[in-house]
Amino acid sequence: MSRAGALLSREVALAWGKGGGPLVSLGFYAGTATLLPLATGPEPARLAAIATGMAWVALALAALLSLERLFERDYEDGALDLIVLSPLPLEIVCALKCLGQWIATGAPLALAAPVAAIALGAKPELAPLIFACALVGGLAFAFTGGIGAALSLGARRGGLLTAVIVLPLFVPPVIFGGAALDAFAGGLPWHAGLTLLCAYAAAAVALGPLAMAAACRNALS
Amino acid sequence: MISRLSLENLAVRRGGRLLFEGLNLTLDSGQAAALTGRNGAGKTSLLRTIAGLVQTEAGTVGFGALDPSEARAEGLHLIGHLDGLKPARTAREELTFWSAWTGGTPESTQTAIKTLELSTLLDLEVRRLSAGQRRRLALARLIAAPRPLWLLDEPLSPLDAGWRERFGQIMAGHLAGGGLIVAAVHDPLPVPAKALEIGA
Repeated sequence: MSRAGALLSREVALAWGKGGGPLVSLGFYAGTATLLPLATGPEPARLAAIATGMAWVALALAALLSLERLFERDYEDGALDLIVLSPLPLEIVCALKCLGQWIATGAPLALAAPVAAIALGAKPELAPLIFACALVGGLAFAFTGGIGAALSLGARRGGLLTAVIVLPLFVPPVIFGGAALDAFAGGLPWHAGLTLLCAYAAAAVALGPLAMAAACRNALS
Repeated sequence: MISRLSLENLAVRRGGRLLFEGLNLTLDSGQAAALTGRNGAGKTSLLRTIAGLVQTEAGTVGFGALDPSEARAEGLHLIGHLDGLKPARTAREELTFWSAWTGGTPESTQTAIKTLELSTLLDLEVRRLSAGQRRRLALARLIAAPRPLWLLDEPLSPLDAGWRERFGQIMAGHLAGGGLIVAAVHDPLPVPAKALEIGA
């Protein structure tokens, strides 16, 4: 098996494996999506108006939850040292870790997103677009979130620090995705929002690994 | 292929404290060095410096005529007290991954399993292994992916007397095959080695 393939399958297994993985993320997502209508009141008309927005924000939070251990687990047990000592550039390693995270938790969350939105009262015809936005947005969340996870390496309460670093980076995808869904629901042109979301995800995939690799090297030295 | 390791006038600073300076060492194919020194003298930092994980304050680490980053990427194994093994994964999953990661083949992995007698442990989760068994699983990387330079941090400490002797034979075999070993130890290394005391 090639190095990259071995690493990707390990990352998926670690993110998927013991300790919950996607189930915990999905549970958290379901919990947040249930909590929001309790706070806003149950009138269907009001809920339907903000359903997609709530589903979208809950998705960003659930993506955040799973990021904490992305680098930390390998940093703590010394695996990161050994992963760095390899012909594969650390930037590629970081990209593969984020990709594994996206496959293991981002994709299941993207499947759950339309269900949550429709349960909150969004129109069923929104489902494909919600799924597409959640899938692309999940990629952006994983690759920008990885930057926060790498920067908080070695810090106590690293998970909290990760959230503080990452939440501002989650702002653009939340705005773009939310705008696309809003426009679609209102019968307006929605392509611009989705295109911007894709562009942000592409930029995160391209630039995120550079920042992550630099942060990892700094934490190790 | 690393055939020479040379440390010239090496100084390393960690956390604002100068651990050592003016350190010199030359190792050629087939030679080993035993690092000694009190706790906190910088033995682990020296190994990590050779591996390129820690920046030098002064001096150089050379690998003969090789480019250092290439030599490090494919030419050395680092076995530290943090062994990089995930408690929730099975010994087989971990060994298979690390073997693939360091460039081992399925055949060489089988050799490693046989040499370190891991076959009965493979289906156990790493958390169920004893300290000595974990160390043997970590050491299996050395054989699963043959690389010339071994950097070993207290390799013997969790091993029992029988396995210390066996690992001594494994190290002797590596040196006989032209390998190089730098090991941080408190007990004497079971193979002939240059002594290097840090922080003396």
